[in-house]
Amino acid sequence: MADLTQYCTFHVAHLFLGIDVHAVQEVMRPLEMTPVPLATPSVMGLINLRGQIVTAVDLRRRLSLPERPPDQEPMNVVMRTDDGAVSLIVDEIGDVIEVTTDAWERVPDTLQGEARTLIKGVYKLQDQLLLILDTSRVALPEPSLAAV
Amino acid sequence: MAGADEGNEILNEFLVESYEGLDQLDRDILELEQNGGSTETIGRVFRCIHTIKGTCGFLGFGTLESVTHVGENLLSRVREGTIKVTPELTSVLLRLNDAVRGMLQRIEEQGNEGNEDYSALIDTLAALSDGQSVAIAPPVAEALPTEAEIQAALEDAADLNACEDACEPPRLGEILVDQGLVYPADVAAAVHEQTQGANARVGEILVARGSTNSDAVKQALAAQQDARGGHVAEGSIRVDVALLDRLMNLVGELVLARNQIIQSSATRSDSALLGTTQRLNLITSELQEGVMKTRMQPIGNVWSKFPRVVRDLAVTCGKQVAIQMEGANTELDKTIIEAIKDPLTHIVRNSVDHGIESPRDRVLADKSPEGRLFLRAFHEGGQVNIEISDDGAGIDPARLRTKAVDKGLLTPEAAAKLSDRESLNLIFAPGFSTAAKITNVSGRGVGMDVVKTNIEKIGGTVDVASTVGAGTTLRIKIPLTLAIIPALVITSAGERFAIPQVSLLELVRMEHEEARQKIEMIYDKPVYRLRGKLLPLVHLNHTLNLEATPWPNEPGAKDEAISIVVLQTDGMPFGLVVDRIMDTEEIVVKPLGKQLKGITTFAGATIMGDGRVALILDVHGLAARADVLAVERERAASDPRDEQKASGEMTQTLLVFSGGGDSRMAIPLSEVARLEEFAPDIVERTGHHEVVQYRGSIMPLLRLARVLELPEAELAPEALLQVIVIRHETQHVAVVVDRIVDVVEVAVTVHQRRRPGVVLGSTVIQGRVTDLLDVRQLVKTVNEDFLAVTELAGASHG
Repeated sequence: MADLTQYCTFHVAHLFLGIDVHAVQEVMRPLEMTPVPLATPSVMGLINLRGQIVTAVDLRRRLSLPERPPDQEPMNVVMRTDDGAVSLIVDEIGDVIEVTTDAWERVPDTLQGEARTLIKGVYKLQDQLLLILDTSRVALPEPSLAAV
Repeated sequence: MAGADEGNEILNEFLVESYEGLDQLDRDILELEQNGGSTETIGRVFRCIHTIKGTCGFLGFGTLESVTHVGENLLSRVREGTIKVTPELTSVLLRLNDAVRGMLQRIEEQGNEGNEDYSALIDTLAALSDGQSVAIAPPVAEALPTEAEIQAALEDAADLNACEDACEPPRLGEILVDQGLVYPADVAAAVHEQTQGANARVGEILVARGSTNSDAVKQALAAQQDARGGHVAEGSIRVDVALLDRLMNLVGELVLARNQIIQSSATRSDSALLGTTQRLNLITSELQEGVMKTRMQPIGNVWSKFPRVVRDLAVTCGKQVAIQMEGANTELDKTIIEAIKDPLTHIVRNSVDHGIESPRDRVLADKSPEGRLFLRAFHEGGQVNIEISDDGAGIDPARLRTKAVDKGLLTPEAAAKLSDRESLNLIFAPGFSTAAKITNVSGRGVGMDVVKTNIEKIGGTVDVASTVGAGTTLRIKIPLTLAIIPALVITSAGERFAIPQVSLLELVRMEHEEARQKIEMIYDKPVYRLRGKLLPLVHLNHTLNLEATPWPNEPGAKDEAISIVVLQTDGMPFGLVVDRIMDTEEIVVKPLGKQLKGITTFAGATIMGDGRVALILDVHGLAARADVLAVERERAASDPRDEQKASGEMTQTLLVFSGGGDSRMAIPLSEVARLEEFAPDIVERTGHHEVVQYRGSIMPLLRLARVLELPEAELAPEALLQVIVIRHETQHVAVVVDRIVDVVEVAVTVHQRRRPGVVLGSTVIQGRVTDLLDVRQLVKTVNEDFLAVTELAGASHG
């Protein structure tokens, strides 16, 4: 009997991603956003979440994926971190799914670059792959910040 | 596990209580030393050590128990009056205090007392309680003694005799009489009535008899309560700071929810809702104020440490220092209190170490041997002012200048130009220490520059004033709270930004036409003359990479007014150009997430009334990003004039004028004979030359615009000609220019040489590119023609 883990899933470009359901604070429709000049590109801006100021990170940019078409309304997945809440901007919200640890596998070595450091591993679902994000790393600014 | 938790809780309570006791102990011991101390003080000192001893024995801390045990023995002798309070005794008591504190700290950190050896201290304490005198180490002869001390010691003895009676709390009647609220006779009558069997208290009887009023009795009761061992804590409880922080956040959210309700209720005509909203509004404001207050602490919490600091330091330096405080109950936000603790301590240590002279020097200077350190705090204009003054030797500005030059911080010329006031501020310059020799007390690299930086970090300012021989005063101004600050809200590229008001100097608004003239460029860097001084300008849109907005005098500039927010950081003013200035508001400062920590241009973010987030600009970070500071620092270190003088270049006094078109030109003032205004009709012609009669001779007239092939200004026929009369050797030449601009003294650095000719080259004067004219060449061009003509004329005559 393998252990069960629950993941909150979402779609970003062609990827099907998940984060531990316990890390998710809430899922929100788009909120008004204040852009931050000079910030790293993945920072979309700041949102007011009931009096709390939350940084919104565009997962497409964070994962070096193509830009989201302008007509597509993104969603906020607000995630708790040690440094307060961070909102991940995703394309579409999926279900909360339960997976068994025996479906887990490491990321293949052929995947290189920044994406590799952000994806902890893969669950082989019946009809697709679920990539699990490293929540602590996703919330960090990308390395290029040093150059700003 | 409940047992362990319970144990921890007891331990924590023990620690908290003991620390509190020790803080009080510090003050009490010093009071003992200064005034001999009242019996109440001695009692408190005894009780404190006694309580710690009792509890630590129960908790099983053996070392702590043995140290406090001998301490208690000694103190009980002091309380009995068999041992007198001497400086020697107080020093040992302070050491006891430190030892206990050290052990408590180790208990807190590691769970045990540690293995430090306290046997020496125990021996000393035991010896003292046996009535032996112990040689301990105040390294300095407690030189000038002391009549006061002897007197104090005598009074002490008297006090101690009176101890037995006085240890009882004073009676209500006595307090009332002491305070002059009732006559002794009335009290006697009341007491008599009571002893006769009246079933009432003395206070009630007094009020009933009309001898006094109930307020006075209440006051006296409170005083009595105080006297019963200083336990006034019943009206207050201890609250975890984290809980207060959470409350503060919740109130912040409540404020926002309230704002939204107010906005939406304004659109409805429901009077009941409106009424409720109004009440919600009031209650929220009051709640916010109340919660803010819970975070306020009196500055005395920081100051209370100073008497001990000053005493220890004075002993080490062999000085006598009395510390006085005023306004210790001035309140500040907890975070600010924490932030100013170290800077204040540093300043106080500095004053004792460097400010106040040794008793010998003081006596020689005709002052009392005991130096005076005065701390004062008060509210003023929404800010807290803290003054630290001493009556020491003061700071000699001349010495500071010499020092700055020696240390290579300033050139001698730049130093000579500093006013005394400016010189004093040199103590805040990095790498500057005024102490002739570095003592182990201060001057260990952490200088006044760090103090200044730390105070500025929390939005404060620090200033110094000093009179040689009379003392030094440092004045610190800090905001009441960091959580809510007044800010100026501006927009740039469609986004709102908040600028903390503390950095704001003034606002300047100019229409486009005016801006075109008044904003001048040095290469691509714009400057504005603010009351005659050049103010470097920075465009927020550029600095934040928002838009490449052109400057008003650049091509593509839009015909709109320009708003300059004049800011100051590190004492350097600069102008921030923004799109629009909105309003000032009180904003709640919230920190930025980790993703944005690397961006120094923002100090945080806030939520505006409409619920949107706005960024708060960090003025210092912004200035650094725009290179304002780099440039200004150099300038502060040495004025460019001095710099050039120092590097051996000659300065020249130049006459600056406009020669035609918009061009600026200059010639050395030494070549100029006079400036004249000629009516156009006095110009005559000889051949194809224009001449004027000037002081009895014919002077050739040169229209500069024509010589240089520049567009000539269109003048009204009767407009006066602006003329510079140049004298070269014996020859006078009148040069007609558009306009005389100024006379300036500058070092001439010619930036580029054109082909040799009338124009020698170009330089930058007052932020404008200015052509330097070669007077010799100018005269020569005239002479070649004109002299030929005059010679010819002479020949035909001859």
